[in-house]
Amino acid sequence: MHPVVKLIAQRLALGLLLLLAVSVLIFAGTEMLPGDVAQAILGQSATETALRNLREEMGLNQPAITRYFQWLGGILQGDLGTALSNKKEIATEIGARLGNTLFLAFWAAAVSVPLAIGLGLLAVRYRNRWPDKLISGVTLATISLPEFVAGYILMYLLTVKFRIFSPISTIYDSMSFGQKLNAIALPVMVLVLVVLAHMMRMTRAAILNVMQSAYIETAELKGLRPLTIIARHAFPNAIAPVVNVVMLNLAYLVVGVVVVEVVFVYPGMGQYLVDHVTKRDVPVVQACGLIFAAVYIGLNIFADVISILANPRLRHPK
Amino acid sequence: MNDELRYLLARTAQGKHSRRDFLGRAGALGMTTAMAGSLLATAARAEGPKKGGTIIAGMQGGESTNTLDPALAASEVPFAVNMTFGEMLLDVSPTNELVPRIAEEYSSSPDAKVWQFKIRQGVEFHNGKTLTADDVIATLQRHTDEKSQSGALGIVQGISEMKAEGDMVTLSLAAANADLPYLLADYHLVIQPNGGVDDPAAGIGAGAYKVAVNEPGVRHGFEKFANYWDDASGHADQVEILVINDTTARVAALQAGQVHMINRVDPKVYKLLKAAPGLQVVNSPGRGHYVFIMHCTAAPFDNNDLRMALKYAINRQEMVDKVLGGLGSIGNDFPINAAYPMFDETIEQREYDPDKAAFHYKASGHDGSPIVLRTATGAFPGAVEAAQLYQQSAAAAGIPLEIVREPDDGYWSNVWNVQPFCASYWGGRPVQDQMYSTAYLSTAEWNDTKFHNEKFDGLLIAARAELDQAKRKQMYSDMAHILRDEGGLILPMFNDFVEAVSDAIGGWETDPNGELMNGRAMTKCWLA
Repeated sequence: MHPVVKLIAQRLALGLLLLLAVSVLIFAGTEMLPGDVAQAILGQSATETALRNLREEMGLNQPAITRYFQWLGGILQGDLGTALSNKKEIATEIGARLGNTLFLAFWAAAVSVPLAIGLGLLAVRYRNRWPDKLISGVTLATISLPEFVAGYILMYLLTVKFRIFSPISTIYDSMSFGQKLNAIALPVMVLVLVVLAHMMRMTRAAILNVMQSAYIETAELKGLRPLTIIARHAFPNAIAPVVNVVMLNLAYLVVGVVVVEVVFVYPGMGQYLVDHVTKRDVPVVQACGLIFAAVYIGLNIFADVISILANPRLRHPK
Repeated sequence: MNDELRYLLARTAQGKHSRRDFLGRAGALGMTTAMAGSLLATAARAEGPKKGGTIIAGMQGGESTNTLDPALAASEVPFAVNMTFGEMLLDVSPTNELVPRIAEEYSSSPDAKVWQFKIRQGVEFHNGKTLTADDVIATLQRHTDEKSQSGALGIVQGISEMKAEGDMVTLSLAAANADLPYLLADYHLVIQPNGGVDDPAAGIGAGAYKVAVNEPGVRHGFEKFANYWDDASGHADQVEILVINDTTARVAALQAGQVHMINRVDPKVYKLLKAAPGLQVVNSPGRGHYVFIMHCTAAPFDNNDLRMALKYAINRQEMVDKVLGGLGSIGNDFPINAAYPMFDETIEQREYDPDKAAFHYKASGHDGSPIVLRTATGAFPGAVEAAQLYQQSAAAAGIPLEIVREPDDGYWSNVWNVQPFCASYWGGRPVQDQMYSTAYLSTAEWNDTKFHNEKFDGLLIAARAELDQAKRKQMYSDMAHILRDEGGLILPMFNDFVEAVSDAIGGWETDPNGELMNGRAMTKCWLA
């Protein structure tokens, strides 16, 4: 077998194993919460009989291990269970929310990743001169601003002062693609501001590292333009660390945007999770936890694979 | 006003002239936009309701865990949803009169124990079925069943027998209750086909609008129900509720013209928003109140002198000014204000009095150790600040308070009704009896001050059977005195509902019964 295929298969297997471990952790964590699901459902009005009946009905009397495997079995068949609070199928509910989250994350990434890498390249080209300082200064300023502050400022300027965009980013199926893009313009802008600096700085640092190498000097001596050197010769060798940071930020865009979702009223996963946490809706919390973990692990595997592929020594073994 | 303006105004109100043109022309004639806007709103009201369009409300208080089962509504958005697609037997008007809805007429036996309701004929549900007396009975029965977990259980569980004969519904009560018709206007008691037993969350009602889109925690869309019986409401073709839990986003949405009305305007931005063009900020005095509650059965609060000391040690006016930003009124340690029918205005107002507080504190013989007051940001808006103000005003009377800040999460299950002294809030109830029965009757489940007073309980039960209004008012006054002077309730303030409405909306009126015109804003208003 080709060593690269073997490596990738190894990573995938490890990822699955990790996900399994996470599922144990999630289950054990929610199991350790004071009170059980029956108590959570009945709340203050819980009487002993009602609790007993409900536990019986939900199979809570079985040992935790049995319930864990039932839960895991359900998930493997795509059955995430039903929400306690509104008796809806979790899978269909999450499906729509996850779709929205990925839609927002995709557009935020589509803008921020090329922008960050481009700015990083520029910063290297003009390193320690004013464009470099400007780029670093501005991006560091925007990352230092809490997301909601950036959100409110943009909202005030672009919706109340100048009515360019809508302050509410609620999207739904009957909207056209253009309407959806217009609706998410503001949250995308905020997310771009938040993730830009990290990726830009990493690109800059990684490339600067490579710029010390002898072959860069050779390239300079044979008279290549500085930007060509950076893009053609330095950047490909700096891809591994950059991809890692990009993936971390993508993962953040999927699992960590609760605040932005609340500010712009975006129907994504974060808001959905928070609502159900406050209602002690354990099955939903477990399902969301698992999905978030899967996204994180998946993106990290992807980053690993890309850095393996970017390394010629691994691609062409002796 | 000159003739040109008057002519333009009439044309604009009739929709023959655009609003923008009118404002522009009025400006040219030397009027400010704000003046012209309010002139237009008045003219539009005089012109009467206009049909058509889409009214959108941006509301706080919706979660993705909400359902369309009317029995389970517990926050603002589900409440407004119920009031939009549902119809109850009766409504309560902004001036506290009963308005016949599904029940055309109602009457009671002289002892207020047997009530009869005549069901309106020809009312249709959204699924095409005709509403009958049996549907009404089935609805009430479902809410009586503990399994339905209805928020109206306390209201309907006193009904011992229900009977339907033709278009008459007869309800027999275990104990007399002169307020029953008011209680049946509760927002949970939406009449559903066959009581909603088959599918409680189907969203089928007999209201002006039928459910078109249901995305809990995101938005709720409604379409005008073509066969709705009452022409006096349901003016817009479509109405929509957008869930906007973030205060700033809600205000921005209104200013940007994305929504026509919002609930819960933060008192902090009240003045700023008032100056904004194109909208009105409306505060309506309500019955909701913010409280500090002491358990009358737990030391040291089992001593009435200590309770009195704490009641005298709170500066009510300061709380209204600083916590509510002036958008409210001071309380008097009983949960009733002028928004209730049969309120006794002559009860003396309790003032902040450090001397009296110190006197009672000494008389209580308390050992001087700090008294623990628990609060949380979610107890009520500004609860932490209110507790700090209380701490200072009590310190001036020599009473040491120790503030413990609890997490919002679990506050209502771990602190409220469990710990002996904490911050809390109450929404109002339509009538005095219901407020007292919910939280101050010895046997009430939510008796959160652990108040047990035989005389008070006796008066409460007796007042329910008293159909003579003057005698009943006296009884309520006596109860108020008992609670004020012996109870565990410290009630510094009643909060106003603060809402904002776009100038594009006609027909707005204030209503003490609930937010957004008691949830009926979308059905009663129109696009001017």
